[in-house]
Amino acid sequence: MPSLTLLGQSMVSGLLAGGLYALLALGLSLSWGLLRLVNLGHFALAFLGAYLTYQLGTVGGLAPWTAVLLILPLFFALGVGLHAVFAWFRVREFTSLLVTFGVTVIIESLIQWYWTADFRRYETPYASLSFRVGPLYVPALELLACLTAAALALGTWAWLRFTYVGKALRASAEDPAIAAAFGVNHRAQAFLLSGVAAAYAAVAGGYIALIATLAPSQMWAWLGVVFAVVIIGGLANPIGALFAGLLIGVSESVTMAVVAPAWAPLVSFSILIGLLILRPGRA
Amino acid sequence: MTGHSRRVAVGLVAVGLALSGLPALGLPAFYESFLFLVFFWVSLATSWSFLSGYAGYFSFGHGAFFGAGVYTTATLTAGFAVPFLASLPAAGAVSALLAVGIGAVVFRVRRLRGELFGLLTLAITFVLATIVLNTKIDGGPGVYLSAVPLPRLVASPTGTMYLLGLGLALLSVTTAYAVTRSRLGLGLFAIHDDEDVAEVKGVPTFRYKLAAFALSAAVAGVAGGIYALYVSYVTVGETFAITVPLYVVLMSILGGARHWLGPAVGAAIITASLYAFTGGNTAVLGRAVVALALILVILLLPDGVVVAVLARGGAWRRRGASAPTMHDVAPIATAHTFRAPRVAASVDGGPVPAPTAAREGAPAVAVLVCEDVWRAFGGIQALRGVGLSLGRGEIVGLVGPNGSGKTTLINVISGHYAADRGRIALDGAPLTGRPAHAIARLGVARTYQIPRPFGHLNALDNVALAATFGTVPCTLAQARADARTWLDFTGLGRRAVALPGELNLHERKFLELARALAARPRVILLDEVLSGLNSAEMGSAISLIQEIRGRGTTILFVEHVMRAVLELSDRVVVLNEGEVIAAGRPGEVMRDPRVVEVYLGKTHAA
Repeated sequence: MPSLTLLGQSMVSGLLAGGLYALLALGLSLSWGLLRLVNLGHFALAFLGAYLTYQLGTVGGLAPWTAVLLILPLFFALGVGLHAVFAWFRVREFTSLLVTFGVTVIIESLIQWYWTADFRRYETPYASLSFRVGPLYVPALELLACLTAAALALGTWAWLRFTYVGKALRASAEDPAIAAAFGVNHRAQAFLLSGVAAAYAAVAGGYIALIATLAPSQMWAWLGVVFAVVIIGGLANPIGALFAGLLIGVSESVTMAVVAPAWAPLVSFSILIGLLILRPGRA
Repeated sequence: MTGHSRRVAVGLVAVGLALSGLPALGLPAFYESFLFLVFFWVSLATSWSFLSGYAGYFSFGHGAFFGAGVYTTATLTAGFAVPFLASLPAAGAVSALLAVGIGAVVFRVRRLRGELFGLLTLAITFVLATIVLNTKIDGGPGVYLSAVPLPRLVASPTGTMYLLGLGLALLSVTTAYAVTRSRLGLGLFAIHDDEDVAEVKGVPTFRYKLAAFALSAAVAGVAGGIYALYVSYVTVGETFAITVPLYVVLMSILGGARHWLGPAVGAAIITASLYAFTGGNTAVLGRAVVALALILVILLLPDGVVVAVLARGGAWRRRGASAPTMHDVAPIATAHTFRAPRVAASVDGGPVPAPTAAREGAPAVAVLVCEDVWRAFGGIQALRGVGLSLGRGEIVGLVGPNGSGKTTLINVISGHYAADRGRIALDGAPLTGRPAHAIARLGVARTYQIPRPFGHLNALDNVALAATFGTVPCTLAQARADARTWLDFTGLGRRAVALPGELNLHERKFLELARALAARPRVILLDEVLSGLNSAEMGSAISLIQEIRGRGTTILFVEHVMRAVLELSDRVVVLNEGEVIAAGRPGEVMRDPRVVEVYLGKTHAA
């Protein structure tokens, strides 16, 4: 049994890592839950965002925050464009999975073609920034990522719950025909949501660039865990995604500390399998 | 054997013989290796479609079954010196067992949504990978198979692998063909379209899904076993990568997952186009081009290449020939010449008098008995101690206001919902507690108020399915012949090859009737067959129902159309808020003050 400090430290790192999971899960959960589109391309967009942040920072000399703000409109437009394809061809749930798989491969190839398959590390002064709380060590960047995820999750929740657009989106997801009969313009709102989801991918990408080591094929590594987070959190449930992210993050990190790092995937997927079997109506 | 299956069999044997002669030509090993990969993907993609293509349960866990096969062969040959060929059946068996284990748990979950099944199977892949990585099965460094002796089918090792791959590919494509032409295949297609209806029509959905899953996993396992020796060094990272599940899905969709040859064609196309771009500077951008082509095909040909090509060919041939003729397929029965197949009584269409006992309240010989049946949905008590008995050959009308529990009673009798309490028996055999397909086999058939035909099966196969899974199990050929008679009987003889989407409401209602009749049931439960029909259609439906009874079939029918209730019923049972409030002869029951009150309000009853 590891010491209490080690356990506490692993819980802190788990919570913070979980914030990044939640950040990635957020956009995926929105488009799956509200548009019935499973967007594998979300991971590719996040990595494209990460590489652009890296490029603007290392070559352009821009601070990462500026870089992310700069690419946000571009990603919003990408999301809208992708949705235009879906809307034009009336793409359904499974077809969306296959089409976005193709999109992911295309973006991965483009990244690999331009930035090569080598691992890249975006060195910034923030990377080593950290502070201590008692015996525990808290890295500043990871904390910021986690806080961003929390803020976006809360904001999205409020947006869906209290604004007309949010209510209209939820109504259309429930029953598009009835919602349309009440005057909801589902098409316009679907474009908006798709753009927002892609913009979230850009934000997540910015943090991936700062925290992780970049390689084109790494985008597939996030797939399983983030999907688990999306389902455990409940589709189109931003707060659920946040807590599911934290739960998975902590459970992985504690497993790494207590058992062995290699056993970590077993925990998150066992949680997912158990949940799906016990409560199949949830997602 | 039909002409079509004979042609397919000859074709497969010819292709097999031609391809198996290839190693003798002494071509460079490159060709054999490349073709081995094609065969490998053909086997995997085709096996994936057994469950996921035919029954519509998309699995992203094919990598798990492939991986189980890889590591079974790796462990047996490298660890226990089992001969390679002997390890292959074991690889298939381990994968099939894994699928049965997963399926036995997962398929019991009611209303398991398709995409959840997909992610569940993907999650299982990661769990399996983690277990293999952290236990002695692999332990981390991977397993070397270079010392495992290769059987010498032909002189060169690549030739041997080539032949093994060819054998498995032919086996899986042949299996696919056999399955799509069998009762199992028809049942799986029905599950794809509407699983609840399939179960009620007598398809043992749970067992069929398990069987398809096990078959699918077994082929994937053997493919894994062969692949293990092909690469001769296996690692967890490579084996359980996302590549296998994603590629098999893409290949199957591209070719057409519901067609027996679709996945094989898709596999050949994708393997060839990926191979064309490996190596050199074009590799990276080549992948992007392949992905783009894939997107376009999926968007433009959603049913797959094979189906699209066949449809195009069919249209071209039809344009060449003269007008399409259906009357050489089946004799046409008009709506006025109903003739029940193999039935002597009631040839003139006149109502057959019911046994006199049935006219006097309680039936003489009870066929179907419900005693004290209860059913609640959450807080709503839909049935409160319903008691009911139907005599042989009786027509009983079940009436009551909306929400009184009529359809719920039908759903409980047919086994779609379980009763919370109470007893239902057919000819003394208890129905309560049995699955819906078993109840259908015993002789209960139903129709749906809103017709629920299997959307991708034509009218003939919709009826043939009910016949082959009905009370008299028979082969598909017999069932199709029977189905023609039933289509003629209901006046749908001309529409045998039409898809349900092409039928109008009246025709779909009669298709519902034909499906119910084809099962040769003892009791038919009709749920508002008349609603939405115009008065001429209603007239033909009423005489049809009388004909059905003339064959000795007992009928319980839910109806709001009072003209029909009075005209058809020997007895009427009135339900209100889940309770039977009156039962007896139609005229008397309709004058009963309680019934009038329920229908019209209190003042009229006074």
